[in-house]
Amino acid sequence: MQQTSQPILSVRNLKTYFHQDEGIVRAVDGASFDIYPGRTLGIVGESGCGKSVTARSILQIVDKGGRIEDGEILLRRATGNGQNDILDLAKLKPDSRQARAIRGSEIALIFQEPMTSFSPFHTVGNQIIEAIRLHKPVSRTEARQEAIELLRMVGIPRPDRRIDEYSFQLSGGLRQRVMIAMALSSDPKVLIADEPTTALDVTTQAQVLELLQQLQEEKGLSIILITHDMGVIAEMADDVVVMYLGRVVEQGPVDEIFHAPKHPYTRMLLRSIPSILARPRTKLATIAGSIPHPYNRPAGCPFHPRCPEFMPGKCDVLEPELVRQGENQEVSCFLYEE
Amino acid sequence: MNEQPLLEVKNLKKYFPIRKGLLRRLAGHVRAVDDVSFAIRKGETLSLVGESGCGKTTTSRCILRALDPTAGQIRYRSNESTVVDLAELPKSRLRPLRRQMQMIFQDPFSSLNPRMTLFDIISEPLVVNNVGTPQSRRERVAELLELVGLPPEFMNRYPHAFSGGQRQRIGIARALALNPALIVADEPVSALDVSVQAQIVNLLLDLQAELGLAYLFVAHDLSVVKHVSDRVAVMYVGKIVEIAETSALFSQPRHPYTEALLSAVPKPDPRLRSQRIILEGEVADPAHPPSGCYFHPRCRYAVDRCKTESPELNEIEPGHFVSCHRANEIELVGVS
Ligand SMILES: Nc1ncnc2c1ncn2[C@@H]1O[C@H](COP(=O)(O)OP(=O)(O)OP(=O)(O)O)[C@@H](O)[C@H]1O
Ligand SMILES: Nc1ncnc2c1ncn2[C@@H]1O[C@H](COP(=O)(O)OP(=O)(O)OP(=O)(O)O)[C@@H](O)[C@H]1O
Ligand code: SF4
Ligand code: SF4
Ligand SMILES: [Mg+2]
Ligand SMILES: [Mg+2]
Repeated sequence: MQQTSQPILSVRNLKTYFHQDEGIVRAVDGASFDIYPGRTLGIVGESGCGKSVTARSILQIVDKGGRIEDGEILLRRATGNGQNDILDLAKLKPDSRQARAIRGSEIALIFQEPMTSFSPFHTVGNQIIEAIRLHKPVSRTEARQEAIELLRMVGIPRPDRRIDEYSFQLSGGLRQRVMIAMALSSDPKVLIADEPTTALDVTTQAQVLELLQQLQEEKGLSIILITHDMGVIAEMADDVVVMYLGRVVEQGPVDEIFHAPKHPYTRMLLRSIPSILARPRTKLATIAGSIPHPYNRPAGCPFHPRCPEFMPGKCDVLEPELVRQGENQEVSCFLYEE
Repeated sequence: MNEQPLLEVKNLKKYFPIRKGLLRRLAGHVRAVDDVSFAIRKGETLSLVGESGCGKTTTSRCILRALDPTAGQIRYRSNESTVVDLAELPKSRLRPLRRQMQMIFQDPFSSLNPRMTLFDIISEPLVVNNVGTPQSRRERVAELLELVGLPPEFMNRYPHAFSGGQRQRIGIARALALNPALIVADEPVSALDVSVQAQIVNLLLDLQAELGLAYLFVAHDLSVVKHVSDRVAVMYVGKIVEIAETSALFSQPRHPYTEALLSAVPKPDPRLRSQRIILEGEVADPAHPPSGCYFHPRCRYAVDRCKTESPELNEIEPGHFVSCHRANEIELVGVS
């Protein structure tokens, strides 16, 4: 089905660690997944499972102390004559010209908290104009016109006036729209959205999700949507990656993930989410225990201390690999070994 | 159900002054809570929902008198025969009543003093109110820790060593120390991960069944609200626009804002990709609310009358109150 085209971005066995005095934090520990043109890949998992570090690794903007230790991040680019070339982003130096060029153009990122990503000293317009001129040789006047068009496209009312405002003068929803406009200024192929609606009200969230869908349709964008909200994943994603403690534990098409989940963690996560479709005043299913501290990562399968199907002598000793299940699903669990 | 309400809020208003210029001249008011009325029975959960800034926190802070209301009554039944108006009571006479009403906060990280042990934190309300002896307080703290699902041996530890869910349990244990009848919980699970959130939601339900607690549950997540509430009040720009039993409100909303709010909630099933109602524009500014019905600039059912006349909260079915001119003529869609 989706595999009619080649992935635009393939992450292979990505490992990003933080070296600290207390020990090594294996923030991302062997993640693999593919992103296809014009599709949305949802990455879901609880706090600390490595979603943001994965995103930042793709863009080569991992915080200080952290480093890509292993793996490949393969970006497929058209070379103009109908051919493709493949560039391994993991091999680029984070501050090299090429890495910066890709960050500024082919892959763009939007964050959860737009407030911190704008300068309070410059108008939002000037920041978008700067971003446009960084990758395109246009005059300020032309860039300003383009910025107004971008703001209009993301649904900012009266963009010719809003462009001269500062980010703190805007509401949360408008700020997130401006952030999306800025990300789109370089005409990216891949948009990484890290919890883009987590700080917003449901009604504003619905507006922003609608906008992302509409932009995807118009521009054929590939979107990596990172969230801890299974509802947002169900609404938006074509394919889903479920992470736990830096690993991909399961991935597949959205319908299979929700209707035929395989990994015990995916199954329990789905049962524990509150649903607006539930009967009033019903308890939620719970997962025993809590997520281990990153320094005390369990040996073997990272989920084994909480897993109801734990097999002693196996799950706490050996590490399950991600193996194919059926047509498009992959799962990392000994229950599914041949 | 007990017919005499434990708490009855009547025409509550809280206006914050807006001051401008060097002379701090009064330039207007933020009508954060604007004529709100509701009641909570013993052992019941009433949830307050609505978008950011609609006045949920201000309402709950007025009830606990952490804020002084601008107008209105907060009638609290302290026992079978006594009802007091908390809105009028001088601060000095509030303390004995404060014991009966406690608060749980959103952020378990900032609400606990890092230099106090769990014992100090949980027993503080007992000490302040002169309840018990040092020995009986240790027993009470052990009992409370057990009640919220933490090992009593933890009492000598400091909060920094605990996870978000464990800290929320500590906050709940502290709130229960004085045997309150009413717990005001302002977004108690919004900062928590899904699996931890499920544990705390269940704990709140269990404690209610065991101790007969009433909850005023403030939240913006309608899915969580569905799991905990007996009744739900929907606020919009400082006013309650609809209040009803949980199942009625979710399956047969009668206010256009409630309908839009429900339709915007993502359903955790890709086969139900929703027909979202996208509300245009933004929430009105409570300092400069629109004329007539505050919701009219965003309402797809608005008629001329809505621009000039503000609707009253009417009981259109037993226990179901709605503030909309057209409540009886429009067909709205809920979720079930
Ligand atoms: N700058 C850093 N230094 C040390 N450890 C870090 C740093 N950034 C992240 N980590 C650790 O890496 C792990 C993964 O973090 P990450 O931010 O990717 O989680 P996440 O899945 O995005 O969580 P959330 O849902 O809370 O945003 C966590 O254990 C985190 O503590
Ligand atoms: N101390 C204050 N001074 C002036 N205005 C205030 C004050 N506290 C709150 N407000 C205003 O009153 C309105 C209601 O705020 P409140 O915090 O009660 O909303 P809320 O429903 O709890 O929102 P949220 O979901 O964001 O917590 C907002 O417009 C807010 O800006
Ligand atoms: S490998 Fe074992 S412990 Fe891990 S999820 Fe599968 S059954 Fe559970
Ligand atoms: S009174 Fe009018 S504007 Fe207000 S909610 Fe009802 S129909 Fe809409
Ligand atoms: Mg993150
Ligand atoms: Mg609040």
